[in-house]
Amino acid sequence: MKVLVWLIPLVPALAVLLNGLLGQRLLRDRAHILGVGSVGISLLLALIVIIRIIADPSHPIHAKWFTWVFAGSFEADMALLVDPLSAIMLFVVCGVGFLVHVYSIGYMHGDPGYPRFFTYLNLFMASMLILVLADNYLLMFVGWEGVGLCSYLLIGFWYDRQSASDAGKKAFIVNRVGDMGFILGIFLIFWSTGSLSYEEVFDKANHGAISLGVATAITLLLFVGAMGKSAQVPLYVWLPDAMEGPTPVSALIHAATMVTAGVYMVVRSQALFELAPLSMHVVAGVGAFTAIFAASIGLVQNDIKRVLAYSTVSQLGYMFLACGVGAFASGLFHVMTHAFFKGLLFLGAGSVIHAMHNEQDMQRMGGLHKYIPGTFWTMSCATVAIAGLPPFAGFWSKDEILTSAIKSGGLSTLWWLMGICAAFMTSFYMFRLLFMTFYGNERFDTHHVHPHESPATMLTPLKILAVLSIIGGIVVGLPPENGLFHRFLAHAFHHGGEHHAHVFHFWPDFFLMILSTLVAFAGFVTAYHLYLENPQRPQRLGDKISAAWQELRSVLLSAWHTPVPTAGFYTTRAQQLAERFAFPYRWLLNKYYVDEFYDAFIVRPIMWAMNALWSFDGRVVDGIVNGCGAFTRLYANWSGLVDRLVVDGSVNGVAVLVRSGSQVFRLVQTGIVQNYLLVMALGVFVFATVYLIFV
Amino acid sequence: MVPLPFYLTFGALLFIIGVIGVLTRRNVVIVLMSIELILNAVNLTLISFSHYLQDLRGQVFTLFIIAVAASEAAVGLALMISLYRGKATFNLDEVNLLKW
Repeated sequence: MKVLVWLIPLVPALAVLLNGLLGQRLLRDRAHILGVGSVGISLLLALIVIIRIIADPSHPIHAKWFTWVFAGSFEADMALLVDPLSAIMLFVVCGVGFLVHVYSIGYMHGDPGYPRFFTYLNLFMASMLILVLADNYLLMFVGWEGVGLCSYLLIGFWYDRQSASDAGKKAFIVNRVGDMGFILGIFLIFWSTGSLSYEEVFDKANHGAISLGVATAITLLLFVGAMGKSAQVPLYVWLPDAMEGPTPVSALIHAATMVTAGVYMVVRSQALFELAPLSMHVVAGVGAFTAIFAASIGLVQNDIKRVLAYSTVSQLGYMFLACGVGAFASGLFHVMTHAFFKGLLFLGAGSVIHAMHNEQDMQRMGGLHKYIPGTFWTMSCATVAIAGLPPFAGFWSKDEILTSAIKSGGLSTLWWLMGICAAFMTSFYMFRLLFMTFYGNERFDTHHVHPHESPATMLTPLKILAVLSIIGGIVVGLPPENGLFHRFLAHAFHHGGEHHAHVFHFWPDFFLMILSTLVAFAGFVTAYHLYLENPQRPQRLGDKISAAWQELRSVLLSAWHTPVPTAGFYTTRAQQLAERFAFPYRWLLNKYYVDEFYDAFIVRPIMWAMNALWSFDGRVVDGIVNGCGAFTRLYANWSGLVDRLVVDGSVNGVAVLVRSGSQVFRLVQTGIVQNYLLVMALGVFVFATVYLIFV
Repeated sequence: MVPLPFYLTFGALLFIIGVIGVLTRRNVVIVLMSIELILNAVNLTLISFSHYLQDLRGQVFTLFIIAVAASEAAVGLALMISLYRGKATFNLDEVNLLKW
């Protein structure tokens, strides 16, 4: 079993090696054999492991391979852990991952980077599986960084487009901010508990080894990491831009799996978060604010993928809201259902874009349900699911979150209010997307654009996900907060013994269910009225609401009458409304100017400071270095001069002296024997004379 | 009986004639002959003192010098012939291969 667990991430990793090394040369258009095959094997292995866990949920599988880091008292194992929590993530990652891989065969067909795409996608799978299966925070961080890298690589997959490579960089840099928080949190965990393995850390946390202040600091730092990865305000800005990547990437990484890693991490660290009430409030507050903030931006966006991106940010906010009010299981439940319907929505959007020959602007679509019925029906399922209409998947998880929020009381009532507003907006913008895309008149050039249904490799994953979006919630989520899902997950949580099971009450649970259904329905009706109302489809109900709304509007907000520059494609009530509410409309259309704000207050000052430092470096630092160099050179010149003139001069002088002396003295050597004899004789004579005279 | 200074003076004269011959003559043969003259002048002086001092060691020394002189003459003549073969001259002024 341990080997099987390890094979789950290792098989895609092996495929990365093979595809990366051989793909471009040997496999080319057949690269999906390795890419999809390896993920298929992983899925099978994962299912075996998951069945084992379901059979015996109270005994998690610890698969230790070897001790990875060993320094002093610090020890980190290369170990995987499968408990109910990671089993659910395993199912989501492998399941949605496999479907997206299959879908990519059709979507990426003919792209020059086909093998590269599958290499990156498999690398992502391997990293994501390491992330969710890791047994300690350090190994989790490895997966965490791995998915960040893959996200960067895949957003910038079409790297010859400036916008794509910019978006990749933006995602990477914004994620760095979060990762810094995460790694500081890991340091603090080690500092306070002396270990990084989940089991030991949570054990110590449950036995009061971590003080309130430290626990608050740890959890806030971890949450900063989660904010970066899961795109929460204020670190959400990278996710909408990440839509520059291929659509399967948006579905897999930026909707279903990677962005939920932050939620997974918070749920995994439940034992720590429960020690720190302040952190819980921060998590809930940020989540609720993100939910309503991103949903409001989603109301007016016209790019089909951008609407879905803001929707993802908003739904992630819901998940954190759930964690923040203590309903960790509900948060994870929403992770799962969201993976189904948001994955489906993105894949469906990809299918639409594919059909429309890379057109993403919904203002140039319309009436597509006649052309691509398969895509239309599956996307409708997902839309109903995310809008929160029973009995589709999204209803159960979202309703649980809102119920948990209002039950917590106090400040959480405010979060509940924001959540229910966001639910209305969600329902509205999703049906708006559906109507703008699939209903109404064709707003594209029907003579030149002929939308066509996608191939079976793309449609089959859509259908499977549609089924999951319909039944995924009701099967495991009923009754609310005590369904199969929650009972299964309860085994994973390190409660200090007490487990507070929620009992379903008629009041307020049933009332809240009806309320959230009504809210979702209201969103549908509003969207229907504003976007579908045209001569071909008269709707009495829509008309009535419209009339009332118009009156209210003109009475309340006649102040803003400035006209908005319109696209001029078509005029609906929504268009008129936008003209009336020009000021808020512009704010929403420009995403609250957050990107501009970041640009002005963060990017520009940093760039300015960098320029200043650069010129300081260029002038002062380089000046000192170059000055030192110039001085050394000057000194060397002088030194060389002394060497040449004085030292060499004296040596050469001696040589010259010797040579000129020898020029004179060699003349003595005449070569004539008698001269030498004469000198000898004279010498003898002189010595003899001296001897005779003086001695 | 001839007194000693006569022999010595005669020996000295012979020696000076020999030295002048060695230093001034250009012909190798005559230079060699002059060397023999020097050696014999020394021999004469040695014998004179031997006789005067009644000591036979001087005469033994002379016999050695005669033997050495014979060998010297042999080597000298051989050099002379070799010189002639090489340079076809007996003139010492022309033999200056060791000149600077």
